[in-house]
Amino acid sequence: MSSATTGAVDAFAAEVGPPDAGPVAAVGGRTQWAAGGRVAPAAREVRAPAGIVAVEAADMTVRVRAGTTVTELDTALAEVGQTVALPAWDGATVGGVLAVGHSGLRRLGWGPVRDVLLEARVVSADGRVVKAGGPTVKNVSGYDLCRLLVGSLGTLAFTAEVVLRTRPLPPAERWLAGDADPFALVERLYRPAAVLWDGTTTWVLLDGHPDDVAAQSALAGLADVDGPPPLPGPHRWSLRPSELRALGASPDVGPGRFVAEVGVGVVHAERPAPPRPVQRHVVELHRRIKAVFDPSGRLNPGRDPLAATAEEAA
Amino acid sequence: MATNSGQVPGWASIAAGRCRQETAGVEHDAGPDVTALAAELRAALAPDRVRTEGVELGLYGRDASVMTGAAAVVCFPLTTDEVARAVRVARRHGRPFVARGSGTGLAGGAVPVGDPVVIVTTKMDRVLEVDPVDRVAWVEPGVINLDLTRALARHGLHFAPDPSSQQACTIGGNVANNSGGPHCLAYGVTSAHVLALEVVLPDGSVTLLGGLDPEPAGLDLRGVFVGSEGTLGIATRIAVRLTPDPPAVATLLLDFDSVDDAAETVSGIIAGGLLPAALEMMDRRITQAAEEFVHAGYPTDAAAVLLVELDGLPAGVEAGVEQVRAVGQAHGARSVRVAADDAERALLWKGRKSAFGAVARLAPNYYLHDTVVPRTRLCEVLTQVYAIAERHDLVVMNVFHAGDGNLHPLLLFDAREPGVMGRVHAAGEEIVQVSLDAGGVLSGEHGIGLEKRDLMPLLFGPDDLDAQARLREAFDPDGVANPTKILPAGSRCGDLQSVPEGVWV
Repeated sequence: MSSATTGAVDAFAAEVGPPDAGPVAAVGGRTQWAAGGRVAPAAREVRAPAGIVAVEAADMTVRVRAGTTVTELDTALAEVGQTVALPAWDGATVGGVLAVGHSGLRRLGWGPVRDVLLEARVVSADGRVVKAGGPTVKNVSGYDLCRLLVGSLGTLAFTAEVVLRTRPLPPAERWLAGDADPFALVERLYRPAAVLWDGTTTWVLLDGHPDDVAAQSALAGLADVDGPPPLPGPHRWSLRPSELRALGASPDVGPGRFVAEVGVGVVHAERPAPPRPVQRHVVELHRRIKAVFDPSGRLNPGRDPLAATAEEAA
Repeated sequence: MATNSGQVPGWASIAAGRCRQETAGVEHDAGPDVTALAAELRAALAPDRVRTEGVELGLYGRDASVMTGAAAVVCFPLTTDEVARAVRVARRHGRPFVARGSGTGLAGGAVPVGDPVVIVTTKMDRVLEVDPVDRVAWVEPGVINLDLTRALARHGLHFAPDPSSQQACTIGGNVANNSGGPHCLAYGVTSAHVLALEVVLPDGSVTLLGGLDPEPAGLDLRGVFVGSEGTLGIATRIAVRLTPDPPAVATLLLDFDSVDDAAETVSGIIAGGLLPAALEMMDRRITQAAEEFVHAGYPTDAAAVLLVELDGLPAGVEAGVEQVRAVGQAHGARSVRVAADDAERALLWKGRKSAFGAVARLAPNYYLHDTVVPRTRLCEVLTQVYAIAERHDLVVMNVFHAGDGNLHPLLLFDAREPGVMGRVHAAGEEIVQVSLDAGGVLSGEHGIGLEKRDLMPLLFGPDDLDAQARLREAFDPDGVANPTKILPAGSRCGDLQSVPEGVWV
């Protein structure tokens, strides 16, 4: 009963196939295709099924197949006054944004991608359908494999169908920009949805009740703008929030042109981030986790959640 | 499901007292193995922080659940290094180890099985660093939940998870159980409030999981460690995310002539797109008990009351109050009381938070359950819960986190009554089953531990359990960290043949 799956999920499992079916690569919208390294060209491409299975508006959850685009999901949820805290990059799929785990610009207000996933039906390396988590908004029944999936780059299993937590669409929202200390604003405003900074200009996104948005706007003392600035790319840094202050100081060694998510620590940057140190035991845990879930290394070969890191000396 | 909330003396401490009477002054028959083990632990820690006396072993043989185990040795490390040494000593002696905080867990997660070394973290109780700018604090695992929030008050920050046992439970225990509490409805459970963990892995090595940056490299090992009930290692330092205190708070009490109306109001509030900070429900029996206990002014003739808290910026809070009032009145609320000030707010909450203490006055024993159902199914599942209790001739009270569908039925009984435990357990399993049939899950915040381990196959198929067992194997290939908890025997498909008759897989 508990593992009952839909036909589309079973069909996807069959497509991934048994262990001897060779290397496979899961393809979503290719919006973050370079994340975690290039997938081996020999891998056979497969696509997760698409489609919204059920919008449970009164429970504030949605069951959706992983190949659905976030934009399509958001459009359906908007009809019931809800949204989902996933980045709606053009063409990005639900499965893709979960696999990469990178949040959108509203992370300060909406939290990380990992907190959105409640239940996942995934296809394992041996072609079986496996359920992780549960459909309710609160659940501590066993190991939280959903956390392991978010950001795993499809190296442990391929996500076929998920249950996500939805959120009410804010009744009002407003982008502001101007010359202000973004670090002081993060302190002064109550839970802004986003505070961005390019070293000179500060952008703020406020959402909530219209009167609160108006009062917080007055407190911010910035001018209305249409939206966020264009984000430099293609690189993404992850810093402790207080480390952002130093970003503008030495442009030659830093990220180059950047937009930083103040209060969060994500930096959209022109230049690549320096390799991040990773502890030896963490590397070993990654090796063992990969070995138990995908012993033959057939899922997304070439991708590595520890890409762009450097193992620390013992 | 288990007795006691940790705030009040219940079964665990009563039993511990009995244990003390029986064993006081009696040296535990440790045997040569244990003598050598204890000697090595004393050398690794300190003589006075390693105990083998019957009194200690009795105390640490149980938690706040109904189950009892047996520890070989109990030790009290002060540092990460001492925890690592204790783990390595245990391994050298072929013993498993069990980490333990205050022992307020309700699912038997800290009950020692397999004559383990019990590693108690309560002496590691320092708040190491508070960074109000990055809104993070590093704490040791033995810090008491409420003490942390008190220590943060002057910064205008708090630690959001607030389990009923918050006066006694530790942050380390909150991490192990991924604990919740009333205010987790809007803010999320412990996992959403832990950024990084320094852990001692089951092989005795020390490492850091997660990080203070938003997207730490690699897999979310922090995320799988939280809620793993001490089976993946022991957290020795915890970086917790701090939440700013809201500028405005409103607390409402609504009362109803029927439980159905209250449950429909809960569903109506959520369906209306409002996410209160807390949304708690109490039925008539528990409301009466709480009122007699704390005199909060609860209406004792109501069939059910809802306690609703809204927080945030003032206009949003005010709009929320009106929305809750309207939904409540549309579903027959007899009255809607809005707390006028902080004192009244505190009083309304005192009744809710003292509910389990109040129950202790009504019956010698109670069994507290914990399941979650979709919020739209609350009404029908509650109806079934009352019917189940009636069928088994038991008194049930309901006081629970209605906003996230997290049921906590309390079955009251007197353990001296012959045959009553059989009825209590039978009713409990039926409550779990009706919750699962409604699309729910086994546990919302108490965890699986020993209590629900053998119910896991009701929620997960063999392949699902196998995947969980694989994760555990990656962290603990030798099965030394809190063995026998969470997963039923035979969860790893490879050892299906070893499953004894009668075990559900």
